[in-house]
Amino acid sequence: MAGKSEPAATETVAIHAKAGQIKIAFLAIALVALILAPQFLYPIFLMKLLCFALFAAAFNLLLGYTGLLSFGHATFFGGAAYFTAHAVKVWGWSPEAGILLGVLGAAALGLVMGAIAIRRQGIYFAMITLALSQMFYFFCLQARFTHGEDGIQSVPRGRLFGIINLGDTMTMYFFVLTVFVIGLLIIWRFVNSPFGMILKSIRENEQRAISLGYSVSRYKLGAFVMSAALTGLAGGVKALVFQFATLTDVTWQMSGEVILMTLLGGIGTLAGPVFGAGLVVTLQNFLATSDVPVTIITGLVFMVCVLLFRRGLVGEFFATKLGRKLGFRSES
Amino acid sequence: MSAVAAEVADPRVVLSARGLGKDFAGFTAVNDVDLDVHHARIHALIGPNGAGKTTVFNLLTKFLQPTRGRIELLGTDITQTKPDKVARMGLVRSFQISAVFPHLTVLENVRVALQRPNGLSTQFWLPLSSLDRLNARAEALLADLGLTPYRDSRAADLSYGRKRVLEIATTLALDPEVLLLDEPMAGMGQEDVAMVAGIIREVATQRAVLMVEHNLSVVADICHHVTVLQRGEIIAAGDYATVSADPRVRTAYMGNEE
Repeated sequence: MAGKSEPAATETVAIHAKAGQIKIAFLAIALVALILAPQFLYPIFLMKLLCFALFAAAFNLLLGYTGLLSFGHATFFGGAAYFTAHAVKVWGWSPEAGILLGVLGAAALGLVMGAIAIRRQGIYFAMITLALSQMFYFFCLQARFTHGEDGIQSVPRGRLFGIINLGDTMTMYFFVLTVFVIGLLIIWRFVNSPFGMILKSIRENEQRAISLGYSVSRYKLGAFVMSAALTGLAGGVKALVFQFATLTDVTWQMSGEVILMTLLGGIGTLAGPVFGAGLVVTLQNFLATSDVPVTIITGLVFMVCVLLFRRGLVGEFFATKLGRKLGFRSES
Repeated sequence: MSAVAAEVADPRVVLSARGLGKDFAGFTAVNDVDLDVHHARIHALIGPNGAGKTTVFNLLTKFLQPTRGRIELLGTDITQTKPDKVARMGLVRSFQISAVFPHLTVLENVRVALQRPNGLSTQFWLPLSSLDRLNARAEALLADLGLTPYRDSRAADLSYGRKRVLEIATTLALDPEVLLLDEPMAGMGQEDVAMVAGIIREVATQRAVLMVEHNLSVVADICHHVTVLQRGEIIAAGDYATVSADPRVRTAYMGNEE
């Protein structure tokens, strides 16, 4: 609004005639690469990568497409992991039912956290989500069913729909890949829907959206719950991948990590958080075995990216002439 | 909905304020403002800079909560109502600084306003193409206001004058009962001023318009009622001839009249 300068008009670039086909080709290549990847790379690592990519994409639904910076998303990620792990291990639920419980549990937590935090904006919003997620952390530390520092260990993966044995690593991998693709499709639809259009208008000019009669806080809450639910999907699946639900996933560091992944890749693009998550998880994985302190390296990478590529890696590519020629649009 | 305070010949009152006041930490920005806005009439709110015109707008549209007084819209007390509810009841405002959605196209800007009344704002499972059925109505509005050539341009790329026109198009999409325009012609070229004045006159045949405006020749030209504010209080009200003859108004505008 007042004082907010609009970005300098960029020269218009004609969109390539075959931009649509080229995009589809990109997606097809990415999908084939993901299908073939476990032949070359450690499947557990790939599954971890996919879980975090979905987590970051779900988080970006809020940061990139709604303009809300949540500092409490670990609650939904780690919370869902506990719910799924408990349901599957203690109650003997099937994996799909366990994951569904994780999703619903995360959505419920999102409804509570969102309803409280959405009344405030900017840094206050972030601080309220942080405070609430810290409360949830202490709840998880103290509650019986989470087993405190031990976490919920040796969670059985079980049989999907009672038939498909997820104990087999490759089967599990394709299950995770399917969930990941479905998750991204849901996010894509959500962003490109009548509801997504209203979210976009709220992010662009909230006062104007109010003056057009939109009850802005309800739309924000809707986006918050959706983001929490999809984060829960990622968390629940991760618990089955590692057969383990732990306190690490509900710490504030986890909330920070997903912000880092999303900013690295680029907010306001669907692919950005996926790439950002891939980069961070890969760095962590390769540096974990070396003597180099991981956090310092990721911190440096983050600083370089923020200083040089303000839009994030994918966002910068979308903003180049080539990117615009292919019809990509960065939302920020 | 009868026009209580209005003269017999006047059309019905759609928006009225009584004893409206707003204090900001001890400073009285607006005090004891009475206002009646009539259907199918253009009502101007004028006054020197800092007179509290925009504050009155914010109070009437409930973007600010009044400290004192009472506001009625179409016979309903809206003194405690939230701004988005007020908008849904038919009181829609524009802003002093052009309020478009910069990264949406011109068509999308208007369509956003149409989405809610057409029940297409909460579906997160439908594709964007589901909004295409609003295009005909949106395009008709664009055509009315001469924006058709810019249908697919981003709002941010429009000239300042066209942004204001787009804002009016978006507001009209809601078919509001009462239209509040905050300086609709500020910063516009002469030919745009004439065009927008024509548009406002046209839309006011079916609804009430309350506008803040500095361009007194426009006010003289198209407004039926004029209310003059100074330091948050009304110093004169009536038709343009009456208020412009008022000595207090002349003093307030001394050296300010163009």
